[in-house]
Amino acid sequence: MAKVPVQFTLNGSEKAEFVESGTTLLHALRDKIGDTSPKGGCHQGTCGACSVIIDGELRLSCLTLAETCGGADIRTTAGLAEGGVLHPLQRAFLDAFATQCGFCTPGMIMAAKVLLDRTPNPSREDVVEALSGNICRCTGYEPIIQAVLAAARANSQNAA
Amino acid sequence: MSLALQTFSSVKDANAALRAAGTRYLGGGTLVVRAANEGDVSVSSLVRVTDPGLSQIVISGGKVRLGASVTMAAIARHPELTALAPAARAVGGPAIRNMATVGGNLFAPAPYGDFAVALLALDATVVTEDGEVPVETFLADRDTSRAIATAVDVASPKAESFRFLKVSRVKPKGVSVLSIAALLELAPDGTVTSARIGLGCMADRPIRALAAEKALLGCKLTPQEIAPALAAAGEGIAPITDPIASAWYRAEVLPVYLGRLLLD
Repeated sequence: MAKVPVQFTLNGSEKAEFVESGTTLLHALRDKIGDTSPKGGCHQGTCGACSVIIDGELRLSCLTLAETCGGADIRTTAGLAEGGVLHPLQRAFLDAFATQCGFCTPGMIMAAKVLLDRTPNPSREDVVEALSGNICRCTGYEPIIQAVLAAARANSQNAA
Repeated sequence: MSLALQTFSSVKDANAALRAAGTRYLGGGTLVVRAANEGDVSVSSLVRVTDPGLSQIVISGGKVRLGASVTMAAIARHPELTALAPAARAVGGPAIRNMATVGGNLFAPAPYGDFAVALLALDATVVTEDGEVPVETFLADRDTSRAIATAVDVASPKAESFRFLKVSRVKPKGVSVLSIAALLELAPDGTVTSARIGLGCMADRPIRALAAEKALLGCKLTPQEIAPALAAAGEGIAPITDPIASAWYRAEVLPVYLGRLLLD
């Protein structure tokens, strides 16, 4: 199978790779580029563990072909911390015990980030809706919802 | 993974490439990449079109043209498509809605394809290079159609005449037990003068509830008067059985939910 060049921005830095045609973005990120923060769960679009932000929109990297991402701005959980300081969402997930096995966490955080970017003060219903495509088998969701609400509060306090 | 993706700037060129065996059209990827990930070896090659016209929503003179690449998210957030928004929001979670397209939904096998159920009730027209066909015909022939659907036309629905309901076990988002869309015109005294009802999960693709539509004509939307329509709702259905629900269960609850939708 012929390889095709793919070039995009990942968490602010330029990446260029040759991938086999038909390679998913998830595979390219994890196995070619080495960003293992998006997780491969169901590969069916059901679990949300592979969620990444492409050009500001939440998408599933397992159902996105890498070669359709030419020139895109891709954000993953691995790029959230700055200078060793965790992103408010990451901090809130830790503080609220919103992570148990951790497999769903990067997808949850990406879904929550898109929400907070657009709706800085979300209601509980907004949070539930924003996370509705992400499955967690450990926490029962409540700590995750509380973490996202806490991160929103922390953001608005910092902004005040 | 051995998928070859071919990218075209025009639908015409892509239509030619799509004739090759094992070739499927790539819209948002939520159907074909999913199939490939699952090990569907019948998909060996994918074709996509980058024409930005396919992603446009054009509203003029009471008509809405949804490009085939328009996503569920784009419909859900469009200020002039509030009547369609509940059906678009019924599809998947936020990430899926950012990917799943109008064109793809026409091909989604049950229990998926909730938006196509709405398009069926709205008597949409599917536009291809070969011409325009009613969505009902398009859905019936979709297994053999090879021309790329480029857009869907619908008469802009009024919020008060269009109703949509999706039933799922998981809240707020889950796979359909069933979905129902109804376009109802009422006389000033509340009598139904025209009815068009689309059903999801009642066959392998969206179908109309023809007997119920007929039974509704001349009725007022009261529990007594709609009873014959509810009794007729199961005529001609062949519900799917999957891990969400059995065909028996779906057939049993259909009249219940149709009643709730009509009396809402």
